[in-house]
Amino acid sequence: MSNITDLKLVELVDKIKKKELSSTEATIAFIERSKKSKKLNAYISENYENAIKKAKIFDQKPDFKKKLPGIPIAVKDLFCTKNIRTTAGSKILENFIPTYESTVTQNILDEGGIVIGKLNCDEFAMGSSNETSYFGNVQNPVSENLVPGGSSGGSSSALAAKLTPATIGTDTGGSIRQPASFTGTVGLKPTYGSCSRYGIVAFASSLDQAGPMTHDVRDCSLMFEIMSTYDTKDSTSVDFKRENYLNNLNENIKGKKIGIPKEYRVDGMPKEIDELWEKGIKIIKENGGQIIEISLPNTNYALPTYYIVAPAEASSNLARYDGVKYGFRSKGENLIDMYEKTRSEGFGDEVKRRIMIGTYVLSSGYYDAYYLKAQKVRRLIKNDFDEAYKKVDAILTPSTPNSAFKIGEKLNDPVSMYLNDIFTVPINLAGLPAISIPAGHDKKGYPLGLQVIGKAFDEQSILNIAFALEKNISFKNNITDWWIK
Amino acid sequence: MTIDLKTVKHISKLSRISIDDNKAKKLGKDLNSIFSFIEKLNELDTKNTEPLTSIAETTLKLRKDEIKSENIREDILKNSPDKNKDFFVVPKVVE
Repeated sequence: MSNITDLKLVELVDKIKKKELSSTEATIAFIERSKKSKKLNAYISENYENAIKKAKIFDQKPDFKKKLPGIPIAVKDLFCTKNIRTTAGSKILENFIPTYESTVTQNILDEGGIVIGKLNCDEFAMGSSNETSYFGNVQNPVSENLVPGGSSGGSSSALAAKLTPATIGTDTGGSIRQPASFTGTVGLKPTYGSCSRYGIVAFASSLDQAGPMTHDVRDCSLMFEIMSTYDTKDSTSVDFKRENYLNNLNENIKGKKIGIPKEYRVDGMPKEIDELWEKGIKIIKENGGQIIEISLPNTNYALPTYYIVAPAEASSNLARYDGVKYGFRSKGENLIDMYEKTRSEGFGDEVKRRIMIGTYVLSSGYYDAYYLKAQKVRRLIKNDFDEAYKKVDAILTPSTPNSAFKIGEKLNDPVSMYLNDIFTVPINLAGLPAISIPAGHDKKGYPLGLQVIGKAFDEQSILNIAFALEKNISFKNNITDWWIK
Repeated sequence: MTIDLKTVKHISKLSRISIDDNKAKKLGKDLNSIFSFIEKLNELDTKNTEPLTSIAETTLKLRKDEIKSENIREDILKNSPDKNKDFFVVPKVVE
């Protein structure tokens, strides 16, 4: 029993299909390990009893044609799950029980997946370290008192600690790829419009995308093909031809043109990250890929653009939390006073900060100077990628400018925290797919990731390139179970 | 540009988030450092650039307005912080 949790997702599916393992055995194994791992604080809500019941029902009449036959899985607490509390890491939704299921989690359930719990995240997915969650910090299993990244920090921690065989996150500016990079796991942010946003607690609607987080690229391909469906409930869902991503996966990258953007060589980047990037370049060349220097001239403007667009959309999306129909309510002398106190006490500092930035840039007299300006620069950033893709098939960069940092280290300096997302944010602004894979360690022994960015709706190519890199890198996550007594 | 205390208070009013003076001061400091970082965009000439509102630049599809879920009134009301029979309750608005 003890090594069930060491299995990767595809291996686990295989064992269940071959009847070497039952869904109940697998579900109990991951739940038992989760119970022993409370110190990580990866979970907000547990669904253990219910999950075991579901696993037993599956085993009574197993359907092995399903892609996730009775597979236990914990998901980020930003996905609405019917009858299971969904908090978005916020006090304001502390007791919210959705009456409906998000499309992405429904897809997982339809393929036989069993939800074992809801994972911690930064409040409303606003953060890069999971420190803004109302439910407390999450520990990175790599080392004690290290952040797991964010906002999908509970997801990255639970995955790396093997409390779930795979998980799902959401990525608005790097919230899948950065935590994947910080924990030595794989994270894919799909093309905007690929995975339905229906039932995901909204942060910035023109940037938000759900995506898989897994131990390797094969697992990632399987999860992605389950998650990505056309959905009429999301008006920005795109009806494109979805592939059999796992079946089509191959490491042949001969003749592929890979761009290296010179603007991503930022000042003060640790030497190890540069070396890692060089290692990736070398592997691509050795496997018959062609390296092409490219320029994305407006890269430096991506973060300032993001910190206008995302808060503006957030301030509008979060206007719904008024203490009337659901969520936390504070007492007030009148209606307006009730709204103001509810939102003041229900939201954390980072969320309030972003609502206020957003409100300001949309307010009368400032709209043109900030919001419209940012939307114009967003066009320039997208144009950079369009130009680059005339010459290359994909782009290779580091995932983050640094490895995981200590809890508390960057909490008092919002701008320094925002700089974490310097390599991931441009991709959300341009709506492109990108995958982060673990590629090495820094001198402290903390994982570092490489990012492969693709053309819109060409997830297969970046999965293949990541697969080739993964084979040649053979990354080993040296996680000891320090949190288990 | 600097955001003064009066502006912070004004934004907090617009945001329907009450803040005390101490918080407002701290927030003012944060907002100023964020906005000085945002000012960088002014280096770019965007006179002839069209704004990009959404990446999915297709015409939004329409679907029939059909009822998909029924009889969930009870469940929805269960999430409400204050209710009376089939109604959400808010502080009195009409004297």
